[in-house]
Amino acid sequence: MNSFLKDRETQIVTKGKNSAEVACEKNSLAGSVSQRACVFCGSRVVLYPIADALHVIHGPVGCASYTWDIRGALSSGPQLHRLSFTTDLKEKDVVFGGEKKLYHSLCELIDKHQPKAAFVFSTCIIGVIGDDVEAVCRQVTREKGIDVIPVMSEGFNGTKKDGYKIACDAISKLVGTDDSYTPSKYSINILGDFNLAGELWILAEYYRKLGVELVSCMTGDGRVAEIRRAHKATLNVVQCSGSMVHLAKDMKEKYGIPFMKVSYFGIEDMSDALYEVARYFKDEEMMEKARTLVRDEISKLLPALQPYRQKLEGKKAAIYVGGAFKAISLVKALRLIGMKTVVVGSQTGNTDDYKLLKELCDDGTIIVDDSNPNELSEFVKLTGANLFIGGVKERPIAHKLGLGFCDHNHERKEALAGYVGMMNFAKEVYASVTSPVWKFIK
Amino acid sequence: MLLRHTTSNVKERKALTVNPAKTCQPVGAMYAALGVHGCLPHSHGSQGCCSYHRSALTRHYKEPVMAATSSFTEGSSVFGGQANLLQAIDNIFTIYEPDIIAVHSTCLSETIGDDLGQIVKKALDDGKIPEGKHVVQASTPSYVGSHVTGYANMLEAFVKYFAYNTEEKIRQVNLLSGWVEPSDMRELKRIAGLMDIKTVLLPDTSDVLDTPMTGEYKMYPKGGTTVEEIASMGNSMKTVAMGEWGAKSAAVMLDNKCKVPFSLTEVPIGLKATDRFIQELSLAGKISIPEVITEERGRLVDVITDMHQYLYGKRVALFGDPDTLIPLTEFLVDLDMKPVYIVSGTPGKVFDKRMASILSEKVPEAKYKNGPQADMFLMHQWIKEEPVDLLIGNTYGKYISRDEGIPFVRMGFPILDRIGHSYFPTVGYQGAIRILEKMLGVIMDQQDATAPEESFELVM
Repeated sequence: MNSFLKDRETQIVTKGKNSAEVACEKNSLAGSVSQRACVFCGSRVVLYPIADALHVIHGPVGCASYTWDIRGALSSGPQLHRLSFTTDLKEKDVVFGGEKKLYHSLCELIDKHQPKAAFVFSTCIIGVIGDDVEAVCRQVTREKGIDVIPVMSEGFNGTKKDGYKIACDAISKLVGTDDSYTPSKYSINILGDFNLAGELWILAEYYRKLGVELVSCMTGDGRVAEIRRAHKATLNVVQCSGSMVHLAKDMKEKYGIPFMKVSYFGIEDMSDALYEVARYFKDEEMMEKARTLVRDEISKLLPALQPYRQKLEGKKAAIYVGGAFKAISLVKALRLIGMKTVVVGSQTGNTDDYKLLKELCDDGTIIVDDSNPNELSEFVKLTGANLFIGGVKERPIAHKLGLGFCDHNHERKEALAGYVGMMNFAKEVYASVTSPVWKFIK
Repeated sequence: MLLRHTTSNVKERKALTVNPAKTCQPVGAMYAALGVHGCLPHSHGSQGCCSYHRSALTRHYKEPVMAATSSFTEGSSVFGGQANLLQAIDNIFTIYEPDIIAVHSTCLSETIGDDLGQIVKKALDDGKIPEGKHVVQASTPSYVGSHVTGYANMLEAFVKYFAYNTEEKIRQVNLLSGWVEPSDMRELKRIAGLMDIKTVLLPDTSDVLDTPMTGEYKMYPKGGTTVEEIASMGNSMKTVAMGEWGAKSAAVMLDNKCKVPFSLTEVPIGLKATDRFIQELSLAGKISIPEVITEERGRLVDVITDMHQYLYGKRVALFGDPDTLIPLTEFLVDLDMKPVYIVSGTPGKVFDKRMASILSEKVPEAKYKNGPQADMFLMHQWIKEEPVDLLIGNTYGKYISRDEGIPFVRMGFPILDRIGHSYFPTVGYQGAIRILEKMLGVIMDQQDATAPEESFELVM
């Protein structure tokens, strides 16, 4: 592996060969073609699904252009989050400051759209030119009577993961501001689901069948009013560990709400997510409902998966996704359809995630943190993978290498969560891996 | 109705931009740099910028897009990004082995006052740039201009760095192109080939962002203008620059530095702009226009003749970049259509002047605006005031098209939801036929879908 940056060696481990832990949570090396994004990106993707809030991006135009309706987080009601609002800073503003512009923009938008709350994202240069965004937000809050929450997400201020944390802090300012509601004793918040392709709706239905009330989802199909009373729920169920654990910890500290980490991808993890909740509430009836639901779903699903499994048995997969927790579920889900994971990596995994991955994977599997296209294509060639699971920037590389592809990121078009999601996943993987197009190369 | 918030009542906005019809400089610099062979674009700023630009270009082209980043941290934003860029240059030449690194700045590195020229010089002095390798740099602050400005700045940086006048005139014409697709670049070369004129096209993203499937991944595809070609531009007879916004500054640079005179024309979209382009080419190459070109023109005029009854009086709204909007608007007027609303987020005074000269007589009711607050929200408001029959622009137009039921032709950047732009040009006479085909296609599809049974027509 002499073609890799030397300083990155510790971030690449082959199970069975090196015993070292995967080094992670480091800043990317300057000059690497990293697949990672920035703090702003992290905050933006977490907050954006809150559909009845205003999201205003304070900075030059680019940051707003690139994040305009790109994630496919579905809302069952308002669609305000899908528009792009920016102060579009110019040279003059950089010199004299953009506070006034921000103030006017906010007033104009709030008058027009009457949002339930507003988030103001600071981009890179805001920190540098010294705009007092917090003061502007306070002023507008006072004048307009809605919460205007500053999100100090300057891009350089850490990694995407730090952006998640900043978003959590912003949400945390809303949580606990409405005490008027009393939910049933079996009530939860879902944290870390963004309702991509309607996945939250699938999960909400499962929990409803168990007799569990969903107080709020943060942030998929999110509403400000629901977030305000989220502290009234009994339990926080957290998916996508990277993005929302910080909020869960915060709510535990402030309101004493315990949390559990779950994943909704694949049969095992999905079923665990239901059992764990039932177990928490210590309600035998609920547990029975969970067992029935799981039994019903699996008895339908397994035979339906069989034909796909037959075709995919022994095929190899490479995984490179944002969060490592998702990667763990994917390894298991791939096993269920007979596929072996030969490369697995993430942009933002932590030491615990990588430990788990190492335990889970077979010998010879390459485990990598913060990879780049050259490395990934090298790994794929080395291991002879047939499928790549990743996001937008990885898709064309995988295709160029003649590999099937499954988007497990913003651009997924089919729900991949839950039992129906497992079925969709199998179909999508099958369709791509066995596509006739691979025969026409050369 | 995703855009249910839009009202028809247009109010002067002081500060706010809603649904921008532009993006920021660095993505243009990145696109231009991809059109140079063996070049790795480098974004001197936070990681997110690079990631967003690569994603935007990847979504548009469905091709791998490579670029490196200085990965700014809090420390670099305080102490400057010099250390990051020096380390980056070192790492990039060691691992990714490009011939050229094309560095562009971002709003962050500009605001903290990083001097790219000085940092690159330091890299050179420190021996971080290997023999025969190059680091080109352009200043592209995101708060000035738009993505088109970044494109122009990078082009200018390339000719400034590479082009030399070695006093040996070669029978060659420089083609500096405004921001167009790889398919258009291929078409420009084909046209020059038909005219038997030796040209150098800069940039050239054909065979970079439209590469064939081979089962192999190449970090530096075979396309792109080569270093030798750019160097030779200093010895050419003339430069034909296509586009006030995208190409002019590089042409001026070539004139100043290498004394290669230039003529400024528009991106050859539509009949008249292509006529002017061919004229310029024939003058620059001192060659008469060959029969094959005249025949291509004839075929275009023939299509217009056959279909003009479907085009007459159709009201069109269009948005995008000035270099392409201006000739497109002219073409629509030539087709007897009515381009009534035109919006571009890219600033520049020439826009108003050109639009006035094209529209004031034929379409006096036309509204056009560029620069701040010239966004898609404004365009939508205009449409709500009085509707149009056709909408032309990038993918973001689909919200308006759907809400208002307007036939929609995708042209511009980015196109995130259709293919074709990489492969079928819109420049030249052939390209104009494609524009016609696309416009007529959606207009007639609409007619077919909505016509009452009794007037549903088989022959159109």
